[in-house]
Amino acid sequence: MTDLSATQGAARPWGKIALRWGLYVLLGLFALYYLVPLFVMVTTSLKSLDEIRSGSLIALPRDVTFDAWAKAWSGACTGIQCEGLRPYFFNSIAMAIPAVMISTVIGAMNGYVVAQWKFRGANIIFSLLLFGCFIPFQVVLLPMAKMLGVLGMAGTIPGLIMVHVIYGIGFTTLFFRNYYVTIPVELVKAAKIDGAGFFRIFWSIFLPLSLPIIVVSVIWQFTQIWNDFLFGVSFSQAGTQPVTVALNNIVNSTTGVKEYNVDMAAAIIAALPTLLVYVVAGKYFIRGLTAGSVKG
Amino acid sequence: MKYTVFAAATAALCAFATTSTAEPQAEVLHWWTSGGEAKSVAVLQQEFKDAGGTWTDMPVAGGGGDAAMTALRARVLSGNAPAAVQLKGPAIQEWYEEGVLSDISSVAEENGWADVLPAAIAEHMKCEGHWCAAPVNVHRVDWIWANKKILEDNGIAMPTTWDEFNAAAEKLKAAGITPLAHGGQSWQDATVFETVVLGLGGPEFFHKALVELDPEALGSDTMKAVFDQMRLLRGDVDANFSGRDWNLATAMVMNGEAAFQIMGDWAKGEFLAAGKVPGEDFLCASTPGDGYLYNVDSFAMFEVEGDDKVEGQKLLAKLIVGPSFQKVFNLNKGSIPVRTDVSLDDFDMCAHTSAEEMASSSANGSLLPSYAHGMALRGAQSGAITDVVTAHFNSDMSSEDAVKMLVDAVAAVQ
Amino acid sequence: MTLWLERHVPKLVLAPSFAAILLFVYGFIAWTGWISLTKSRLMPKYDIEGVQQYTRLFDAPRWDVAMNNLYIFGALFIVIAMVLGLLLAILLDQKIRTEGVLRTIYLYPMALSMIVTGTAWKWILNPGLGLEKVVQGWGFENFKFDWLVNPDYAIYTIVIAAVWQSSGFVMALFLAGLRSVDSEIIKAAQVDGIPTTRIYTAIIIPSMAPIFLSAFIVLSHLAIKSFDLVIAMTNGGPGYATDLPATYMYAMAFSRGDLGQAASSAMIMMLVVFTIVVPYLYSELRTRND
Repeated sequence: MTDLSATQGAARPWGKIALRWGLYVLLGLFALYYLVPLFVMVTTSLKSLDEIRSGSLIALPRDVTFDAWAKAWSGACTGIQCEGLRPYFFNSIAMAIPAVMISTVIGAMNGYVVAQWKFRGANIIFSLLLFGCFIPFQVVLLPMAKMLGVLGMAGTIPGLIMVHVIYGIGFTTLFFRNYYVTIPVELVKAAKIDGAGFFRIFWSIFLPLSLPIIVVSVIWQFTQIWNDFLFGVSFSQAGTQPVTVALNNIVNSTTGVKEYNVDMAAAIIAALPTLLVYVVAGKYFIRGLTAGSVKG
Repeated sequence: MKYTVFAAATAALCAFATTSTAEPQAEVLHWWTSGGEAKSVAVLQQEFKDAGGTWTDMPVAGGGGDAAMTALRARVLSGNAPAAVQLKGPAIQEWYEEGVLSDISSVAEENGWADVLPAAIAEHMKCEGHWCAAPVNVHRVDWIWANKKILEDNGIAMPTTWDEFNAAAEKLKAAGITPLAHGGQSWQDATVFETVVLGLGGPEFFHKALVELDPEALGSDTMKAVFDQMRLLRGDVDANFSGRDWNLATAMVMNGEAAFQIMGDWAKGEFLAAGKVPGEDFLCASTPGDGYLYNVDSFAMFEVEGDDKVEGQKLLAKLIVGPSFQKVFNLNKGSIPVRTDVSLDDFDMCAHTSAEEMASSSANGSLLPSYAHGMALRGAQSGAITDVVTAHFNSDMSSEDAVKMLVDAVAAVQ
Repeated sequence: MTLWLERHVPKLVLAPSFAAILLFVYGFIAWTGWISLTKSRLMPKYDIEGVQQYTRLFDAPRWDVAMNNLYIFGALFIVIAMVLGLLLAILLDQKIRTEGVLRTIYLYPMALSMIVTGTAWKWILNPGLGLEKVVQGWGFENFKFDWLVNPDYAIYTIVIAAVWQSSGFVMALFLAGLRSVDSEIIKAAQVDGIPTTRIYTAIIIPSMAPIFLSAFIVLSHLAIKSFDLVIAMTNGGPGYATDLPATYMYAMAFSRGDLGQAASSAMIMMLVVFTIVVPYLYSELRTRND
């Protein structure tokens, strides 16, 4: 609704058209900046290794071949098994989906409390949660490993889920809290007078308003968890390793022959689920879906 | 729902474990994940399987083993260490001091390891007198690779002294060819540095400076000369060397953009993969000077519980040093067998040179551990040296300052 | 009983998170503080030896470089990503027909693992392979862009790639914020004839102050934890010119077996974050609180 053109009125249609064109050109230029590395990756993944070795790293492929893609998916070696990324996808999915859901739900409830049901000390707790976002993950690796060992969750997927949820709630709480504070307090007051309780108010007033921020929270959490390497490599064992560990194993050869085309294809394949989330979740960014209920 | 899936999986695993209690089994943490390396390890897995064992693969690549070491720490702390871990150099003894390595002396004695391994290398596999690790291969670090055609066209012979190298470099620069293909990553800088230390200072000086960390040697004029030579080499690389992967530097030699590269014998794998033939397309020789810098890969054996796991560990150790695996693995990987009694008939001329010089160096005491590849020093010590070497190489720091910084940096981590 | 429950529900909802954070964040920070006072090498040891890890840290030239880089990188990265993210969100909010496609294009870099995109960036920014060579090939012989291989400028190339990776998410945050602004107010302002730029600077952007806080926290979190990016693009080089505290700490803890040193660097890192974030949090929460 903040349409730039709306204020220009119908009096200056040429100005309006020029403005629209300028807008699209600007957006297109930015899109180029974002797309250049992808261009390099895609073209590289379509070349043969001989072509890459002969020196043309940044150029269109002379002969397009999809061998690298097939190899990355089901043939590249990630250790003594040469089955590509495929077997590791399930581990990542089994880890990422519950972890994203749990941390988003906890974040929404926490944010709702901190924004609208303040009690003494609530802000301090919020600040403590926030500061938790800054702890370097390298620091928590060793004590966490010990803790998981004690809990009997070392090397398991539930263990990984727990770790991701714990270090994700700081962010999800932050997102929801900062979204919910912009909702007028009067709304909650009125609902309370009508006799609605804590959960009822959340369910019927806040949740319907939350789509854009749920999208943000899911995008953030899914990206972080799906792409996480450090926790994945430290707290997994044979059989529970997530796809990033497999990708890393394909890409990082110490003294072997580097297959850049397979590396690039593997990286794009590993990113596909996240991209899917962006496309699907992105749809729910549409404003005004339930905007009426704010004033309702 | 997710939990039940997991529970079912665990139950299945447990059931599997009980049926195979008597069989040896081993979980192996390693970072050989790419094509040729992975195939080489698969050979070991096959032999292990043929001997009735169950191999659980735990590959973690990245940063020359950094990521694997991170995973290893987490695994040890959570009380769940893998049976065999790819470790090398003094790191083996460091882990031993943490009290987590097991004793495999019985295997070593049964199979007569002491008779077939060079003494210097055998020493790396021992923790306070008993065997705690099994060696896999020997990489030679002090190699210089060259594009044969470029050398012929410019009338240059393989240099045997650093002065010859410098003269050749001048000639090449005049002809418009980059003399040295190099990747500006700290470990590559360190690799070149140690070959210069060996070449200019000789084996004895190398041992004093980079193994014993003798402050006098580190602060000596010889060390200053080493940094002077590093400064000269800095002039022999192209402008865009920073951050280049070593294999792209190798490609420069292959494609005739550069004449030489100083790199360990894994570079040979790149040449061979591109269909180049040693002696015809490219040349290999030891870097100027005497001596032999080795980089030995090995598996350290961690304390595990349960007869099946202990059995698995012993079987694995036996197979690793066994002649058949030694031969197949090293043919694949470009290195040479650590055993001196393996026939080298199927190996190429570079491997033959490597094996001959290893034997002669072993005899005259110039068989030395590579500092740049973690064979000579503890991580903190070698890291401190590398910081100085790479800072000097990538700036206009004077050799005097570099020597001074080197002495200080080493003193700080003693 | 139910009344008591009713009254305490908000606290009960927050309690589990609070307990978890207390143990897994603050407990672990305390543990790190302890380790930083020991001579731990490969694995943690618990005998306190004093503050020598800190004196060693402050004597290390490499740590100075890392901290300086953090300031340069952090400031540039946060400001540029924030401005770019806001700009993109505002532009995308103009009823753009291809919004879905553009949004995904701006966001996708977040999805890609930096282990591999780092390689792509390395090629693009390398003078001999990428941009410089391409532009020179177009006939601009004097075009020079060699930041990646220049120790004094390499850190700025990290900023370019980091902004590329994260600004899309900041855009998503602001987009969500823009879409929660009450459209009635904007309509009213437009009816009153207030120019669009004024509507943005005076009404919309101020109402998104909490979103700025989110963006700031997310970006500073990414800035201090930037790790994969540096490892993949420059691995700290040329020399150690692009080292950051996070890479320093990781090198000490896991490749050099110098855990005590790593712990002391982590403590200093958190201290720096603390001195920057706490005042901001304080002012932000106080004004929102009244």
